[in-house]
Amino acid sequence: MRHEAALAASAERGHARGVTSRPLFPFSAIVGQDEMKLALMIAAVDATIGGVLVFGDRGTGKSTAVRALAALLPEMRVIVGCPYACAPERPQGLCDTCREDSGKRHRTALVPVPVVDLPLGATEDRVVGALDIERALAQGVKAFEPGLLARAHRGFLYIDEVNLLEDHIVDLLLDVAASGENVVEREGLSIRHPARFVLVGSGNPEEGELRPQLLDRFGLSVEVATPTELATRVEVVRRRDAFERDPAGFSAAWSAEEAKLRRRIVAARRRLEDTAVPDAAIEQAARLCISLGTDGLRGELTLVRAARALAAFEGERTVTLAQLRRVAPSALRHRLRRNVLDETVSTTRVDRAIAEVFGA
Amino acid sequence: MTEPAAAWRDATLAAALLAVDPAGLGGIVLQARPGPVRDRWLAWFRTLLPEAMPFRRLPPGIGDERLLGGLDLAATLKAGRPVAERGVLADAHGGLVIVPMAERLPPTVAARLAAVLDRREVIAERDGLALRHDAAIALVLIDESASEDERCPASLTERLALSARLAPVPLGEAALPAITADDIARARRGLGAVAVTDQAIEALCATALAFGIASLRAPSLALAAARAAAALSGRSAVGEEDLIAAARLVLAPRATRLPAAAEDDPPPDEAPEDTPPPEDAPAPDRAPETDDTPDPGPDAGALAELVLAAAAAAVPPGLLAALAGGGPTRAVGGGKAGVAKSSKLRGVPTGTRPGMPGGGARLALLDTLRAAAPWQRLRRPATGGAAQPRISVRRDDFRIRRYRERSETTTIFVVDASGSAALARLAEAKGAVELLLADCYVRRDRVALIAFRGRAAELLLPPTTSLVRARRSLAALPGGGGTPVAAGLEAAQALAEAVLRRGGTPVLVLLTDGRANVTRAGTGGRDVAEADALAAARRIAAMRLAAVLIDTSPRPQAQAERLASAMGARYLPLPYADAGALSRAVRTVQPAQGAAHAA
Repeated sequence: MRHEAALAASAERGHARGVTSRPLFPFSAIVGQDEMKLALMIAAVDATIGGVLVFGDRGTGKSTAVRALAALLPEMRVIVGCPYACAPERPQGLCDTCREDSGKRHRTALVPVPVVDLPLGATEDRVVGALDIERALAQGVKAFEPGLLARAHRGFLYIDEVNLLEDHIVDLLLDVAASGENVVEREGLSIRHPARFVLVGSGNPEEGELRPQLLDRFGLSVEVATPTELATRVEVVRRRDAFERDPAGFSAAWSAEEAKLRRRIVAARRRLEDTAVPDAAIEQAARLCISLGTDGLRGELTLVRAARALAAFEGERTVTLAQLRRVAPSALRHRLRRNVLDETVSTTRVDRAIAEVFGA
Repeated sequence: MTEPAAAWRDATLAAALLAVDPAGLGGIVLQARPGPVRDRWLAWFRTLLPEAMPFRRLPPGIGDERLLGGLDLAATLKAGRPVAERGVLADAHGGLVIVPMAERLPPTVAARLAAVLDRREVIAERDGLALRHDAAIALVLIDESASEDERCPASLTERLALSARLAPVPLGEAALPAITADDIARARRGLGAVAVTDQAIEALCATALAFGIASLRAPSLALAAARAAAALSGRSAVGEEDLIAAARLVLAPRATRLPAAAEDDPPPDEAPEDTPPPEDAPAPDRAPETDDTPDPGPDAGALAELVLAAAAAAVPPGLLAALAGGGPTRAVGGGKAGVAKSSKLRGVPTGTRPGMPGGGARLALLDTLRAAAPWQRLRRPATGGAAQPRISVRRDDFRIRRYRERSETTTIFVVDASGSAALARLAEAKGAVELLLADCYVRRDRVALIAFRGRAAELLLPPTTSLVRARRSLAALPGGGGTPVAAGLEAAQALAEAVLRRGGTPVLVLLTDGRANVTRAGTGGRDVAEADALAAARRIAAMRLAAVLIDTSPRPQAQAERLASAMGARYLPLPYADAGALSRAVRTVQPAQGAAHAA
């Protein structure tokens, strides 16, 4: 049954993973929004950072940037036929089927990293997966049809308008994101499979606040605002227009830039392990977190990891204050306790603390 | 030109532009109450579009299965396998979707529509189906709102290039322009070839910036509108008049401030008449002539100024008045979504989820059938026998309805400001209330403040989400006088009833030492006063309100504890109540947090 599940799923996956019908706006052609782009790059370099939340003004290209990431990510190696895109080089992270077969040599292939959209209105069965009706009817077999969580494994799960997501779906996501495993018990199926993904959410704060539990799950949180200088704005509109008029030509014109960025990500991933985090840097990170009063160790951990990923991305061998300074706002601003008597914006508070702790 | 005539001219021009490039412009917000003018506009707009173009109307309260697509129940039962059905949006691919009463569109539906506009396809993961259909559509949002408070969701209007106000237009002014479907068809063919100069883009961006329009969608949409205008006039490049038309139709209605230069103009509401149009600004009452205009000169700054001046004249009069007052206008709107909680019984239905009916959950019959439908062929042999049910439904199939209601927990603080309490502990009680307020703010609850002292209770602060106001009225709270507990409780009960009537959830936080010495009637007498207080407390208990009584006396009082138990409230003596304990206590009695996950 497992293998049938595998077959059914890979067929479905092929459809879902195929190139999207519309070409996507190239990531490197996005004007400005450096903090958002940097946060996404950091998540692309080190997936363990815990996801990115992009909150801010309308019309700033939030979803454009996230979706553009798909084209930029270097391909990943998977075990052929595995519905969950297991990584052959990580024996401990294999799904049950692949683990059973671990005696054999797996055939592997390179596939694009999935960037899966979780559309609003998605039902539970499609998110976690369900019994494959077609196959149950046609062949009378109980086959599992993996859902969006399986499809997003080892890739990105993107939720636009994350603050409008229904509560029971949010609960589901939180559970899976925390455990890295999707457990399905429904319609007589009992299945568990690995589901580790980078959660990327975007939204507009005017539409509603995000539940604190969900907020905390994101490693980095970025605030985007529309640029105010005329020249930048003109460039945004110009590129957007050029893309709309000739998507293929525009993408081709930017393909060299895209390739360059992709190579940087690949190089940074390779360097990541060897990028040193000196004790001094860890101490600085801890001091900053203490001065801001962030809850728990998650903030510190994310701050150090993000700084390391940034150092690797920039070709540095050692994490210094410079990287900590740059990633601190994204890593910490959503972890501050709301102090109602102090109406300062979180970002300002982080900036102030950085100036105090790290020196101006 | 009179204001109604100008409004109608812009509305018809907008219709023509939208007909030329529906998907590129995204659509139009039509501010219009039902009536012959609106009907005439819609009918005329329809004539501009090709016969075969889809023109669908979105029924209010449409569910996801019809909006996005889902399982076709009848076909699935018949075929014995899942049959997908396209939704309205996919059906409207390449055409228009009319959204009546758009101001009542829930944010969730607005977000789905916005996603379709962005991606030009419908993506849905529902009912065991992964649906993906092309859906290049344009929306006509009919905004029938009566006041500024209700507006179409900003997330959606942001994506629609055009807007038109038909409200001021009398039927007599609503003469139809001489644009025909043939003109539109010709413009559509020419649209792809319309060239745009960098100066033109810069002029639109500069105009948007001068109007204080933050979003970058606005200049992009204005550019699309300028292209459509050029194509409509048969020009092969976007000219000055096209930019002006685009700025008038797309940018001016989005203005959040007046450009600096235009502020010197005469009183705002006369601006449309008094501002002389720039030298060769057009007044395209009818279809503009088809002559090729050469590119505007290389001076982008001058062009930008020209466009800006012309567009400033088109800023709607109401908007101008509001802007002159310095008040924020467009920036607000939408965003009042508030915290909504799921409920099994009340509120607006928001779809279904798997689960057993009962325990307050209602069966969603159609969705249950939809869940069961694909399995019928499989289940038949298993059930067997002659007495086989026509449709076999199993436990896994059951779907229950989900409702969404505005949660709006209102925490009602009832503060004893009498002499007995005040002298000893009023300052501390205020401190405690401040802490609780902070907590309420984090949860985005509403708070209300009732104080009782002397002979009566007073509502100091009706339910609000404004923390600043709550703090201010608390700080100004004087102390002293008798302790009319009964009056305080009655005031709290009345307010709680009002909150309940509005669908909110009241939570009562009573801070007192419980030593009632003023009766309901406002006279002295400790015994009667206490009896009155207990009676009032029992009436509150009968309402089954969530309540906490915080005993503010230096040493815990038996009276206060009795009062708490009569009220069905949690009793918490202040000496033990540090900030954390207080906020935990209030949170435990709040039903909203738990209930949010119940359904």
